Amino acid sequence: MASEFAVEMQDVVKQFITPEGGILAAVNHVTMQIKDGEFFSLLGPSGCGKTTSLRMIAGFELPTSGKILIHGKDVSQVSAFQRPVNTVFQQYALFPHMTVEQNIGFGLEMKGVPRAERSKRVSEALEMVRLPGMEMRRPKQLSGGQQQRIALARALINKPEVLLLDEPLGALDLKLRKEMQLELKTLQREVGITFIYVTHDQEEALTMSDRIAVMSKGVALQIGLPEEIYERPATKFVADFIGETNFLDGVVRAQNGTIVEIDLPSSGMVQVESSRKFTNGQQVSVAVRPEKLTLNKTVTDGNNLKGRVEEVIYIGTDTHYGVRFGGSHKVRVREQNVTQGHKELAKTGDEVTVSFTRTSPRILTE
Amino acid sequence: MLKYFRGKKNLQLFGLIGPGALWMLILFNLPILIVLFISLVERGRAGGVKLPPVYTLENYTQFFNACATEFSGPGCDPLLYIGIFGNSVRIGLIVTLWCILLGYPLSYFIAKQKPLWRDALMILVIIPFWTNFLVRTYALKQVLATEGLFNSFLMSLGLINQPLDLLFNEFAVVVGLIYGYLPFAILPMYASIEKFDHTLMEAAADLGAPPWRSFLRVMLPMTMPGVVAALVLVFVPVVGAFITPDIMGGGKVEMIGTLINRQFGVARNWPFGSAMSLILMVLVLVGVIYYFRSSTEETRRAM
Repeated sequence: MASEFAVEMQDVVKQFITPEGGILAAVNHVTMQIKDGEFFSLLGPSGCGKTTSLRMIAGFELPTSGKILIHGKDVSQVSAFQRPVNTVFQQYALFPHMTVEQNIGFGLEMKGVPRAERSKRVSEALEMVRLPGMEMRRPKQLSGGQQQRIALARALINKPEVLLLDEPLGALDLKLRKEMQLELKTLQREVGITFIYVTHDQEEALTMSDRIAVMSKGVALQIGLPEEIYERPATKFVADFIGETNFLDGVVRAQNGTIVEIDLPSSGMVQVESSRKFTNGQQVSVAVRPEKLTLNKTVTDGNNLKGRVEEVIYIGTDTHYGVRFGGSHKVRVREQNVTQGHKELAKTGDEVTVSFTRTSPRILTE
Repeated sequence: MLKYFRGKKNLQLFGLIGPGALWMLILFNLPILIVLFISLVERGRAGGVKLPPVYTLENYTQFFNACATEFSGPGCDPLLYIGIFGNSVRIGLIVTLWCILLGYPLSYFIAKQKPLWRDALMILVIIPFWTNFLVRTYALKQVLATEGLFNSFLMSLGLINQPLDLLFNEFAVVVGLIYGYLPFAILPMYASIEKFDHTLMEAAADLGAPPWRSFLRVMLPMTMPGVVAALVLVFVPVVGAFITPDIMGGGKVEMIGTLINRQFGVARNWPFGSAMSLILMVLVLVGVIYYFRSSTEETRRAM
């Protein structure tokens, strides 16, 4: 292999002309490197540019500027049918006029593989997706989950250098989706092919991926391991999109080494550990996850803020408490219901103390 | 039959389709029976049929052997009518092929446009129907005439010195028929192509198919119902056409339609005209059904 990276996007821009005649940058100067054998997810809300990025790697769209490399080879201007990648489409895009065997064997047929060998490899591929003996069925005779597996087999049989998946589980119901998530992950480990997976489901991305790129408005905001993305989000958007986050807006008052003192107007002062440098008077946002807050369990060497409970929501595994501090700041505290027999820690209207350590929040500036 | 009408649903269904069925019975099937009757009797002296009717199969044998009549003399070609029929089928195939070759890309182009623009283009395709077919054919004749628009245009460009003989030959007839029947090819093909999911072409490309193979293996088979409908809608009326060959061919291009037309006019041989009409109908029907079955079997199973 010419490069350790399966796919590289170098400063890629894709512009579209809108119906109103304006220019829309669906992908705006995106640079990312996807390692060989990696399960890489492009995560973001609809319109963030994740599908356009995938389509450019597949070759269905050509970049306006920038380069796309597959194993070190520049394919920016190469047609889709000549690229060593295969795609699993959102609605599967199985050929309705062909049998399952003809569908799966299509790629081999295009490569000129003789019929006998094709047939043998198709049944192997069907074994792999656990649908043996389905050769003579037509796509419309299959359930959504089965069509999904056929689409997967049709792509993987060609042994692509990279497999692209465009929200492949979006059309399945929740239970089947969970099953397929695990199955896809296992399959990816078995075949060892690089997967690039587009999804808007943050939980799906966290569960399956080796690394994730979070995209918004055509920009890759953060690329990293699932735990990095979750524990150390780079921007407010990432913190908000992945899981739930409390944002406490305040002003930096002092910094002693790694301890930053932040004034939350009318709510109190908090201390947060950060290796970054801040200037006094700088506007920042203290981002802290609901599960990292505790109710009425004061911490020494940490932050304890007084507030009033505004709402209590019981959701089975957890109970969520909405607490308002003196000022405009409001947080959600998540307490796990670990004891047998549910007992609320506080009721609506109660005065409580919300505590968190110095290391649990992140200070975000954008 | 009685059992069929016992269900209330079926009775309602009959109420809905009954009027249409009755219309077809009286105005379509009955006339065919009349034509069948006329084809089986001897001709009258001044047109019509001899009364009381004298039954005969001569009108049919005459089609297959043109010399089997009282008027045939030396130098008679027994395959005269078969030849004319064959010529009609040949012209029918040429016109159908051209209509599909010209219509398919056009349908594709229209189907790819934004909705508003698409509707406007489809109206442009249909607009010629608002003008009488005869008038349009005469207009086209003027375009192709010796001193017509087309020749004058080419001469003014200096591409030719002598006007081309574009009228009163098979070329003129074929051009006239393509002009007249192209919309019948476009409409069903457009309907098929418009429904076609273009993602399937991306899927084919993704699996390594160059554009032409994607077209042949995916798009063409999936839009085949439209192509077959176009083929039937163009081929059937073109084989039996008589206005266009009459006007554009100027009597020099003989087709089965013009021949039949003549039997009811100057030749005053209604029985022979009727017999040829029925032969034409049966042969075209058999051909079309055969083609329809063989080409759509594959597609029908998938849909």
